[in-house]
Amino acid sequence: MEVAFYIAAAVAILATVLMLTCLNVVHALLYLIVSLLAVAVVFYAIGAPFVAALEVIIYAGAIMVLFVFVVMTLNLGKHAVSMEKAWLTPGIWIGPTVLTGLLLCEVAYVVARGGDAHMGTVMVDPKQVGIVLFGPYVIGVELASMLLLAGLVGAYHLGCRTTPRSEIRHVRDTHQRWTAPRRDLVLPGTDRPPRTP
Amino acid sequence: MFSLGLIGLLVRRDLIFVLMSLEVMLNAAGLAFVVAGSRWQQADGQIVFLFILAMAAAEVSVGLALVLQVYHRFKSLDVDALNEMRG
Repeated sequence: MEVAFYIAAAVAILATVLMLTCLNVVHALLYLIVSLLAVAVVFYAIGAPFVAALEVIIYAGAIMVLFVFVVMTLNLGKHAVSMEKAWLTPGIWIGPTVLTGLLLCEVAYVVARGGDAHMGTVMVDPKQVGIVLFGPYVIGVELASMLLLAGLVGAYHLGCRTTPRSEIRHVRDTHQRWTAPRRDLVLPGTDRPPRTP
Repeated sequence: MFSLGLIGLLVRRDLIFVLMSLEVMLNAAGLAFVVAGSRWQQADGQIVFLFILAMAAAEVSVGLALVLQVYHRFKSLDVDALNEMRG
């Protein structure tokens, strides 16, 4: 189990370094996913399987999906097609594949061994975590729920504000075009420079 | 790993990389909490990791919405493009 811990830690640090030195956003995302999976294996090795599962589900599942969607939405530059051709070379995905293969072998080894002997630490099972979470930490749970609600509303507000604004500008432009001969008509919002929020 | 995230935050000039470095830093802090809680046989470390997880999810959603706003407004993801904000 100690071997698993050290290998996973080394994979995590290596993937993080490769993420930072990577120039492309998508490759950096791949390395970041590998790093998160390695941290999940570290959690499992030190005897926290509940947190390891949460790490895989929430970090590598939800948050990475958010990142990937934003990168897809941004669609940086018009030379995306040429970059796409450059991405499909086999030298790109060989690094994350090797690292995840290493992690997979390690997880298979740990599961096949039974996973009883944890290194110097005691396994904290999910039941204990749940008892403590809803015992003395109920206020923390409520605060986390309020924080998540605030994050949801804030993200919705920030993401929703572009579309009505562009629609307003579009309507204003067509309106200006229609009422071009009559110059005395003052339209709302035309006295401001276009970049003011 | 925390220092790696900090270095990434300082070095890179791309908003997405800044957000990913923040993820790495939060992850490293959570790892430290879980290791300490497992060392002293307490479940509190994992509780704190759950809170860090919730906070990271909220922070990333708001941050990525801000990134979309910045990209629509400035057509760039460079941090230096935002320096025209004057108080």
